[in-house]
Amino acid sequence: MSAFSTPTARLQRTGLLDPLLLTATALLLWQAVGSWTDGVAVTGPAATFAYAGQLLLTSRFWESVGATAGAFAMAFSLSAVAGLLLGLVLGLRRFAGDVAEPLLAGFYTIPKVTLYPVVLLVFGLGIGAKVAFGVMHGLVPVTLFTVAAIKTLPPVLPRTARALRLSPAQTMRWVLVPACVPQIVAGLRLGFSLSLLGVLIGEMFSSQRGLGFLLVSGLAQNNVKLSTTIVLVIVVFAIASNTAILRLSRRFAPSA
Amino acid sequence: MSRSAAVFGVRVLLVASLVMLLELLCRTGIVNAMSILPPSEMVAAMMTVLASGDATEAMFRTFSTVGAAFALSVALGILMGALIHDLPRLRRAIDPVLASYYSVPTFVFYPLLVALLGLSMAPLVLLGVMSATPAMVVSTLAGLDSVAPVLRRVARVQRLGPVRTLLNVVLPAAAPALFGGVKLALSYALIGVIAGEFILSGSGLGYAISFAYQSFDNSAMYGLMLFVLLVAMTANGLLYVWEGRLARRRQPG
Amino acid sequence: MPHATLRGVVRRFGGKQPVHALGPIDLDLAEGEFFSVVGPSGCGKSTLLDVLAGLGRPTEGSVRFEGRPVLGEVPEGVGVVFQEDSSFPWLTVRDNVGFGLRRAVLPQAEIHSRIEHAIHFMGLAQFSAHYPAQLSGGMRQRVCIARTLVQKPRLILLDEPFGALDQQTRLLMGDELLRLWRETGTTVLLITHALDEAAMLSDRVGVMSARPGRFIDLVETGWPRDRDSRVVSDPHFGELTARLWTSLRAESMRAMGRSI
Repeated sequence: MSAFSTPTARLQRTGLLDPLLLTATALLLWQAVGSWTDGVAVTGPAATFAYAGQLLLTSRFWESVGATAGAFAMAFSLSAVAGLLLGLVLGLRRFAGDVAEPLLAGFYTIPKVTLYPVVLLVFGLGIGAKVAFGVMHGLVPVTLFTVAAIKTLPPVLPRTARALRLSPAQTMRWVLVPACVPQIVAGLRLGFSLSLLGVLIGEMFSSQRGLGFLLVSGLAQNNVKLSTTIVLVIVVFAIASNTAILRLSRRFAPSA
Repeated sequence: MSRSAAVFGVRVLLVASLVMLLELLCRTGIVNAMSILPPSEMVAAMMTVLASGDATEAMFRTFSTVGAAFALSVALGILMGALIHDLPRLRRAIDPVLASYYSVPTFVFYPLLVALLGLSMAPLVLLGVMSATPAMVVSTLAGLDSVAPVLRRVARVQRLGPVRTLLNVVLPAAAPALFGGVKLALSYALIGVIAGEFILSGSGLGYAISFAYQSFDNSAMYGLMLFVLLVAMTANGLLYVWEGRLARRRQPG
Repeated sequence: MPHATLRGVVRRFGGKQPVHALGPIDLDLAEGEFFSVVGPSGCGKSTLLDVLAGLGRPTEGSVRFEGRPVLGEVPEGVGVVFQEDSSFPWLTVRDNVGFGLRRAVLPQAEIHSRIEHAIHFMGLAQFSAHYPAQLSGGMRQRVCIARTLVQKPRLILLDEPFGALDQQTRLLMGDELLRLWRETGTTVLLITHALDEAAMLSDRVGVMSARPGRFIDLVETGWPRDRDSRVVSDPHFGELTARLWTSLRAESMRAMGRSI
């Protein structure tokens, strides 16, 4: 019985033990890399958190966050809306879907970064290029997952809806949408991550603003604290938002 | 004409007409010829760049880096996947990491890797491995999960040892998922390495493209860009065809 | 001496709430006998087969095959055919059948002739270069039987091998199984949920109770050795099936959670 009263056992029951162990392992690894390189390449957790505390008070940091967030919000919402619509059309029109799918899948697997100069030449050096590049990354996964969601719908579901004499609206609301949601959410999750990646790459390559720019300039100025902190901020944001989306999707679609 | 032939025909037609349209737009000046080269000139530029030999070293460097990252990722991914599959506790702990791994742009670690390992091939290979390995791990896990339990029981009835069970039963049964992982690993390694070269490295095809852009050498830039994209598409296409061949036997018909 | 014996075999599955799945069971299989096991779903039929095959250890009691104890490993001379399709989708029919001999130390000619014989015996000659995906469910199950056959097993255990097939195919596969049993002289233990299948094929049928499964009836069919599926028109077949159902009905209702 005594085993049940130890803190470890209590944590294990709440399911918090493994995530905590994992975080601790990650921090230890980070510390190890930091001390191994003597802070020349990466600063350790303690120093980074201290610096992050200062950085979070500067307006320069928040301006960068604002620039990245603005571009990212536009890129992701464009990817999501356009991807859902395109996916809907390609999923319902079988022939068009069969024609387009390998082309989109092919585009998904090529190193799109090589196309960034073209984007810059077309959109100029402002926010437009970043957004366009984010959409180039985020649009395709949303489209492909939506197409797949519609295509893999078991034919027995619409038939059941007809057998139950549901109206088209009811069929949509109670059968088709719930059946497609898990895969569509998976596509949105990927689109979220990839449009963020696109925006950051854009900022790292050629921009005067944003977190990507701050990261590269930290490196150029040999400001290790700055670059490590920016990486930390991006990683924490990515993991936190991804976890939140996963939680949400599990609540609305328990089967996902 | 069969439906699949029609689909293929329309697809080719679609691509061809998009290329023609771009050519037309550029030639008529609707699209600024300074920003986008007409496709015909892109091809010519690619030939010039390849023939000049200026890019040979960069090509060699990029492809050997991608090759190394790809091979390492596949081997490492299968090993790690098999290990994680056999340790359920570790798997439960690591599943959320795998689920959100690709939400972190791996890429932002590249500057740190460069600071850590210097501007050599090593940080690029490592970046490629970091972006490709998790896909291989996930595919390996899915593949091992997909092995029907009855096949493992057959292996026991046939009195196969653990190694033979793995080689003769488990790996072939998991092959389709593993192949999917190999495809992903190739494109992720390619994306990681070229993006790394593009932004920070001082060598390789990615750098060559970015250098051409900075020095307003549109002809070299478009030539190299077209070349990289063609190579990437050819490599992915070959794997796609090979996969189709392997899969065909397992499908009815 | 019986060919295979179970003595006081009990199987429990651990965990927070241990499940008593099987037994105690005592059974003697005579050499060359065709024995079937019927029982309500979840009564531990498959557990019985696992224990006899050495795929699972009994919690209590002992299992012997040809006088030697079976200890958590499949003994040489025992072949198993499962209910699920267990053909290897990446191998042709011929390679699937030959898989059973890849560990055998035999002259090449002998291996070849055994494979050819098994393929012909199971009526697969036209399909030897096909992949399983190109075959019907019944043909795939033939492949799995042929894969067992090449090893010349002296005891064949079949776990609802025709459960996924349609009724006509099942009757025909039953004939094939009888022919195989007659011509090879092997001992057969067949797990099935189909009473008619058990009544038509077997020398003896064991009826199992709801969980934990025990034998509640042993029925001798008295068929001649050269029988086939046409025995279904014999009045004796109806009597046998009726007797099996009488024994089983109460147990099946118990297994479904109904009071009688």
